[in-house]
Amino acid sequence: MAKIIVVTSGKGGVGKTTTSAAIATGLALRGFKTVVIDFDVGLRNLDLIMGCERRVVYDFVNVIKKEATLNQAMIKDKRTPGLYILPASQTRDKDALTMEGVQTVLDNLAKDFEYIICDSPAGIEQGAQMALYFADEAIVVTNPEVSSVRDSDRIIGILQSKSLKAEQGGTVKEHLLLTRYNPERVAAAEMLSVADVEDILAVPLLGVIPESEAVLKASNQGAPVILDQESQAGQAYLDAVSRLLGEEVEHRFLDVQKKGFLKRLLGGK
Amino acid sequence: MANVCFQMKGTAFTAVVMDLYDYSADLFLAQLKQKINTAPQFFNASPLVLNLAPFEGELKDEQLEQIVAACREMGLQPIACRGAGIELKYTVMGLGLASLPSAKTRSTDIQAEPAQSKAAHVKASPLAGNKEPAFRPSKVITKPVRSGQQVYAEGCDLIVMAAVSQGAEVLADGHIHIYGPLRGRALAGVKGDTNARVFCRQMEAELVSIAGYFVLNEKLRELCWKEAAHAFLEGESIQVSAI
Repeated sequence: MAKIIVVTSGKGGVGKTTTSAAIATGLALRGFKTVVIDFDVGLRNLDLIMGCERRVVYDFVNVIKKEATLNQAMIKDKRTPGLYILPASQTRDKDALTMEGVQTVLDNLAKDFEYIICDSPAGIEQGAQMALYFADEAIVVTNPEVSSVRDSDRIIGILQSKSLKAEQGGTVKEHLLLTRYNPERVAAAEMLSVADVEDILAVPLLGVIPESEAVLKASNQGAPVILDQESQAGQAYLDAVSRLLGEEVEHRFLDVQKKGFLKRLLGGK
Repeated sequence: MANVCFQMKGTAFTAVVMDLYDYSADLFLAQLKQKINTAPQFFNASPLVLNLAPFEGELKDEQLEQIVAACREMGLQPIACRGAGIELKYTVMGLGLASLPSAKTRSTDIQAEPAQSKAAHVKASPLAGNKEPAFRPSKVITKPVRSGQQVYAEGCDLIVMAAVSQGAEVLADGHIHIYGPLRGRALAGVKGDTNARVFCRQMEAELVSIAGYFVLNEKLRELCWKEAAHAFLEGESIQVSAI
């Protein structure tokens, strides 16, 4: 039975799509057959981050409207075996998704895949609620700043009340993923610390992704940052995937790193 | 600051609630007339809340307009609509009515109240045989109350065994106990109990209110901030002290 994981945040621009791409790729790298679905109908981005934008013919909405089959719409990732992408439609709006349609697609995918990653749109409206409704687990992506933390708190409340699991009396397993973390700015009290965010949200920490130039570079190149295993962000995502699979891995990149003499001289990061 | 012109308070009023089950223009008007004739004084200029929740089928915009017009004509003052669907939202607004969320359990209680004036209420209680108020078990919440969530303990105390987040709201007719940080709003004694108190392990509230009187975050920061504290009403001002 496939596990459905929603990547959500409430607030926009915190790294949901980057995280969806990285986690899905990471799970496929570990040998699990994985599909990542873009729920952001009308503002589709996942295809760009995954570097498959030129191969989109049919999309999620076509499948729901039965204008195309799942196999026609799904794009096989060229880099990572066992990874598929189901892109969103750019020309429709979020009302094009129906509860029954989404359920049928997820049921069909569950037959073939071990993990289904749902990349949620920002906000708390229908689109976001549709993305989280069928989830077994949720990765709540949060930036270390107050407005992002409050929006995450709100979306956790929605997970606990408006998901299928909650309606059946169960719970969606929640994971907190802190992105764009900058230890130097935390030390200078310009940014909330990991402890602050954990204290406010009271959700187990899945990982901390340090702010890294590699993320922007990876997005622009259309290759998930987790493939850039030289970068701290890539390594942090690999750790997060291990923790998602139940392994115990120590958190890294939380403290200010002392720059070596040579590095300071060369200005490297 | 110049002279204070006003003060804002939260409070509860009694109003007549009309539970609407069915509607056809003639029948409605006839029954409304009949009802009002039973107690013309009581219904004269009486505030009215239209409860659409029990209505079977779909109420059309123009039907709602007719109902409100009929009520106004009969001397009632419709002030709000409860349980109106999203499709009626603009009609409700256009009629100058407030939109109240539908409450499943409360409607019966509120209905019973208008019949008793304050004096009648005082007289009625000894007649009831000096009964102690029935024991109402407290409402216990074990999970964090998140931003945007609201918890109301009706007719009893509220106990929260986790954090109350910023943007969350906890209300009780009695006391409120919070065994975690209180970062949202806590309103005790919302039906006017001035003896109600708010207790918490870590005071970081946006607002603390007792029986309609309140203090805001700015004031709280000067008193017991992030400490275990309780708030109670003394005269018309809220006192906050460490525990």
